[in-house]
Amino acid sequence: MIPAAPPARALDAPSFSASRFRAEREADWIAFDLLLTKLEKKGAKALTSDELLQLPLLYRATLSSLSIARATSLDKALLDHLKALSIRGYFLVYGVRETRWNRVRRFFLYDWPAAVRSVWKETIIISLIILLGAITSYSLVASNPEWYYNFVGEDMAGGRDPRATREFLQSTLGHGKAAGEGESGLHIFATYLFTHNSRVSIMSFALGFAFGVPTMMLEYYQGIGLGAMMAVFAGKGLGFDFGGWLFIHGTTELFAAALSGAAGLRIGAAVVFPGARSRLQAASHAGRTAGKVMIGVILMLFMAGLLEGFGRQLITDTMLRYGIGTLMLLFWIGYYYIPRREDVT
Amino acid sequence: MSAAAAKANAKSRASRAKKIRQFITPEGVDLELKIASSGLRFGALLVDLILIILALFLFSLVMLWIGFASQSDITIVVWMLGAFVLRTFWFIGFELGSRAATPGKRLMGIRVVARDGGRLTADAVVARNLIRELELFLPLMMVGVGAAEDAVSGWTMLAGVLWSLTLSLFLLFNRDRMRMGDLIAGTWVVMAQRVKLDADIATDGAGDAMLFSEAELSVYGIFELQELERVLRSKDARAMREVADTIRAKIGRAIAEEDDVFLLSYYRQLKARLERKLLFGKRREDKYASD
Repeated sequence: MIPAAPPARALDAPSFSASRFRAEREADWIAFDLLLTKLEKKGAKALTSDELLQLPLLYRATLSSLSIARATSLDKALLDHLKALSIRGYFLVYGVRETRWNRVRRFFLYDWPAAVRSVWKETIIISLIILLGAITSYSLVASNPEWYYNFVGEDMAGGRDPRATREFLQSTLGHGKAAGEGESGLHIFATYLFTHNSRVSIMSFALGFAFGVPTMMLEYYQGIGLGAMMAVFAGKGLGFDFGGWLFIHGTTELFAAALSGAAGLRIGAAVVFPGARSRLQAASHAGRTAGKVMIGVILMLFMAGLLEGFGRQLITDTMLRYGIGTLMLLFWIGYYYIPRREDVT
Repeated sequence: MSAAAAKANAKSRASRAKKIRQFITPEGVDLELKIASSGLRFGALLVDLILIILALFLFSLVMLWIGFASQSDITIVVWMLGAFVLRTFWFIGFELGSRAATPGKRLMGIRVVARDGGRLTADAVVARNLIRELELFLPLMMVGVGAAEDAVSGWTMLAGVLWSLTLSLFLLFNRDRMRMGDLIAGTWVVMAQRVKLDADIATDGAGDAMLFSEAELSVYGIFELQELERVLRSKDARAMREVADTIRAKIGRAIAEEDDVFLLSYYRQLKARLERKLLFGKRREDKYASD
C-alpha cells in the first residue's frame, strides 16, 4: 500500500538555490513594481485591460515569492524588498473597491441617513439635555433676572440683557431700522458663524470618548444660553418674535448640534458599555458611525450658516421665518428617518 | 560574558519583534507590519503643519491681492472658507487617497491602515482626523483660556494643560502607538517604506577566491550574516576593514588578501551554508544559538 519511493532521479535534479530562485522570478517583481507605480500615479483608469488582468496575477506571484524567500533565502535586501512590495500591492489591490463618485453617492443616499438613524437614542438624550438646559435657565432668569449675567457672557449678549429696552431688543431681531450692520457684511457674518459652529461641534464630538460627560456638559451649556436669552425676550413680550428669529436657522443648527453631541455620546457609551466586544473594538465601531454623522453635521452647519447669515437678515417677517424653519426641520426629519429600500440589503 | 551578550542580543531582538504586528492577507501570507515610531509620527505632523501654514500664507497673499484689486469683500468669505477647509480637510483629503498618507507621512515612509486588516474607509479617516482637532488645539486652548482670564490661577491652568497633554500624548502610553483618534477610528499607522531591489551580491563577479572550512563557517548565525551583508552593500572601506579584522581574529586567519575579497567569499560561503541548513528546517538566529 505504501507508494513506491521516488526514483533515484532526484539526485541529478537541479539543486535549489536562492540565486536561481531570484533570477527566475525577478522579472515578475519588476513588472509588479512598475504596475503599482502607474496605479498610484494615474489611478486605475490609466491601466489597460491587459494590465488590469495582470495585476492580481503579479500580486499573487509576489506574495508567493515572499513566502518562498522567507523559507529559503537569507538575503536581507531581497526579503525587505519583497515585503515592502507585497505590502504596497496588498493595499492597492484590496484597498479601493468603488469609484470616488460612487462613494459620494452612497454616502448621501444611504450611509449618512443610516448613521444618523442608528444614533437615534443618543440624539434624543442630547436633545433632552439641551431642552433641560434651556428650561433651567429660562425659569431661573424669569424668576430673577440677575441670574442672566451668570449664564450669558458680556460679549455674547451684546447689550441684549434684562436692562435693555423693548425697542432695542426688537431692533436686534431685525425689525427696526437700527439693525446694525448693513447687508454687505452678511456673507462674512454667515461664514464666520459656519466656521465657529463647526469647530464647536467637532469639539463636542471629539470630547465624547471621555465617557460622554464633557459632551453632555457642552450641550447643556448651549441650552442654558438659549433659555436665558429666551427669558429676556419673553419678559418684554417679544417671545414670539424671538422664536421666529431663532427658528429660521435654529432648527437646522440645533439639530446639527444635537447630532454632534449624539456622535460623541455614542463613542463614550461604547467605551463604558462595550457589550460582548472588547472595548477597543466597540470604540472603533462607534467611531466609524460617528465619523459619518460628523460629515453630515458639518454640511448641516453650512446650511444653517447660510440660513442665519442670509435668510434671517433678509427675511424679517416672523411668520415666514417660522415657516422656513419648520420646512427645514421637516426636510431633515424626512431625509433621516423615512426608511428606504437599501435598508433591507 | 558571552551569556550576558547572548541575553542582550535576545532582548534587542525581542524589542524589535514587539513592534511587528501579524497581518495576514486573504492569501494566507503574514505581511508583518511594523508600527511606526512616535518620533516618525511627530516628524510627519511637523512637516504637515509647516506645509499647512505655508499653503495658508500663500493663499492669504493671493486673496489679499485679489481683494485689493477687486475692492470686494467676497474674498474675505473665500479666505475664511478656504482656511477652514485647509485646516479640517488637509489630513482627511490626503489620507483618503490610494497611499493613505499625508505629504508628511509619505516623507517619513508611513501610512494609515485599518486595524482589522480590512480596507480603510472614509468614515474611519474622518473620525481619526476630527479627533486631531482636539488633540492639537486643546492644550493650546487651555493656555489661551488660562492667560485670558485672571481668575484662573497658575496651578489650575497647569493642571488643565497637563490633563490635555496626557490626551495629546496618548500614543506614548500604549504599545501600538495609537493616537486617541486611531483608537476611536480603529486604525494603525505602520511603516510603508519603499525598498529598492539591490543587486544579488551572492552571484555577481568571479567565483570564490578562497575557501573556508566547515569549522570556520560554523561560528556565525543569521544575524551576523545579515550584518555582514549590510556592511558589504554600504561599501564603506573603514567598516569593512573593521569587520574583516574581527572575523579574521575569530577564525584565526592571517591577513593575506584584500578585505572586500575576503568578506565577499566569507559571506557567500556562510550564506550558502546557512541556507542549506534552512532548507533542512534548521534556523540558527545568531552566533549564540547552537549550531
